[in-house]
Amino acid sequence: MRVRLYDVAHARAGDKGNLNTISLIPYDPAWYPALCAAVTPEAVAAHLADRVAGPVVRHRLNNLAALIFVCPRAPEDTVTTSLHLDAHGKSLSSALLELEVEVEVEVEPEAEAEAAAEAPGGLG
Amino acid sequence: MSTPQARIACGAGFAADRTAPAVDLVERGGLDAIALECLGERTVALAALRRLTDPAGGFDPMLGKRMRALLEPLHRTGTRLVTNAGAADPVGAARMVRALGAELGTPTTVAAVTGDDVLDRIDRTAPAWEDGLPLEAHGELVSANAYIGVDALLPALETPASVVVAGRAADPSLFLAPLVHTLGWDTADWTRMAAGTLVGHLLECAGQVTGGYFADPARKPVPGLADLGYPLAEVGADGTAVVTKLPGTGGRVDRMTVVEQLTYEVTDPRGYLTPDVTLDMGAVTVTDTGGDRVAVRGARGRPRPPDLKVSVGYRAGFRGEGEIGYAGAGALARARLAAEVVRERLSGVLDRLRVDLVGHSALHGEALAAGAEPYECRLRVAGLAADRATAEAVGEEVSALYTAGPAGGGGLRTATEEVIGVLSTTIPRERVETGVVVLEGGAGR
Repeated sequence: MRVRLYDVAHARAGDKGNLNTISLIPYDPAWYPALCAAVTPEAVAAHLADRVAGPVVRHRLNNLAALIFVCPRAPEDTVTTSLHLDAHGKSLSSALLELEVEVEVEVEPEAEAEAAAEAPGGLG
Repeated sequence: MSTPQARIACGAGFAADRTAPAVDLVERGGLDAIALECLGERTVALAALRRLTDPAGGFDPMLGKRMRALLEPLHRTGTRLVTNAGAADPVGAARMVRALGAELGTPTTVAAVTGDDVLDRIDRTAPAWEDGLPLEAHGELVSANAYIGVDALLPALETPASVVVAGRAADPSLFLAPLVHTLGWDTADWTRMAAGTLVGHLLECAGQVTGGYFADPARKPVPGLADLGYPLAEVGADGTAVVTKLPGTGGRVDRMTVVEQLTYEVTDPRGYLTPDVTLDMGAVTVTDTGGDRVAVRGARGRPRPPDLKVSVGYRAGFRGEGEIGYAGAGALARARLAAEVVRERLSGVLDRLRVDLVGHSALHGEALAAGAEPYECRLRVAGLAADRATAEAVGEEVSALYTAGPAGGGGLRTATEEVIGVLSTTIPRERVETGVVVLEGGAGR
């Protein structure tokens, strides 16, 4: 099935120099394995190619059911010297959530998954 | 978790942050300490430049306003305050705070932490992290500040000072230092240094962990955003912590807000470097216990890095900007025509030029904007040049669109400003000598 990330996950962008970090966190941790499979660093780099020079590095935080994408911009596109309106790249979280991916795994319905999300520690 | 032993809060997460939530935290938080994080990457460099022309311009211009609201409640509740708002002049900032205490009838002993200014001792031929070119190849260097940590802040907390003012202290260190002081931790206990650093990392952006920078009405609403409460943490002797906020304030603290902030600006969750420790977040767990309380545990630590990060400010030229708006049928087409006209008129004039259609493709580019037709659209042009006069050409050509551009342009704005760029490098820890200057509270100015 095809999903838009906005419909299953939330995101936060931060910046360091000419890097953006963008986290991707499913509302329902049951979606985490599917997002790990579908939202590859390559897919993110291609989707954000307007701003991100690549290559994108992805970190997995399995305990938290969260992904972090580290996205390099052009060397001169630093927060202080950028000519972009959004010099920090803070709005890129919303750009990532516009990405549509093909999810192969059958994800449990939200009602059942909420119980799983409340188990101590979430996904181990 | 163990019985809470230290209560620490964040009253500001950046230079322009709000003041009222900090006052509320001091009044009602039962805090051991509150930290104000007020320095961005470029803030110290800008303060260093201001100080060249204004002796009182070397520290955060909002610090006086914040302290005017906070000194009396700090004094009354016996709460200590730690801040990096000293920017390029911690001693000057401390003098101002001490004088303010005398003026308000709340005599305040203030400690300034010095030594982060390393402009006289950095290797100017070292490569910048951002592009690998030597620092000095980028232009005149105007500031260099090392990220100092707990070992610089602790001596200030060991004085009677109730307010500690530093310059470029690392953000999490502003929180870790009072935790180490209150809980009696060993600074070579990497597990506790990691736990306290994680607390600092979660708190350092203030409202960003309590529902700020989070709300999306359709998917993740935040109650009472206008009255957003800022965070406090209850930290046990073993480093486990509960992040929460004051009852009756707006916002939310739950698994979602905490995980968003935990992952914020983390480029390597298994090797998060600060002056104090190498933090590994790989085994961290968060437990949402309801009632705006989230327990955080599982931080692992490795020894602190041998080198300190340094932010280097340099004169990067001048940025000219101009904007003009178009609306109604054909707005996008007229904005596009205006963009083409300005590009042609400025061809070859500036070193770098960028033309955006605000309301359409300015933030994320044409591919994601495709197919959408906005009611109104704003042309934005930005250019960089070595000198001010050349940069001003941007504003001049955008202004000229009034009479010599497409139909119906309005809402002109232009600006030209000097650009202070910031680069990153490192310095060996032993080359940085920090110190503390204590200004005794008293009636005199």
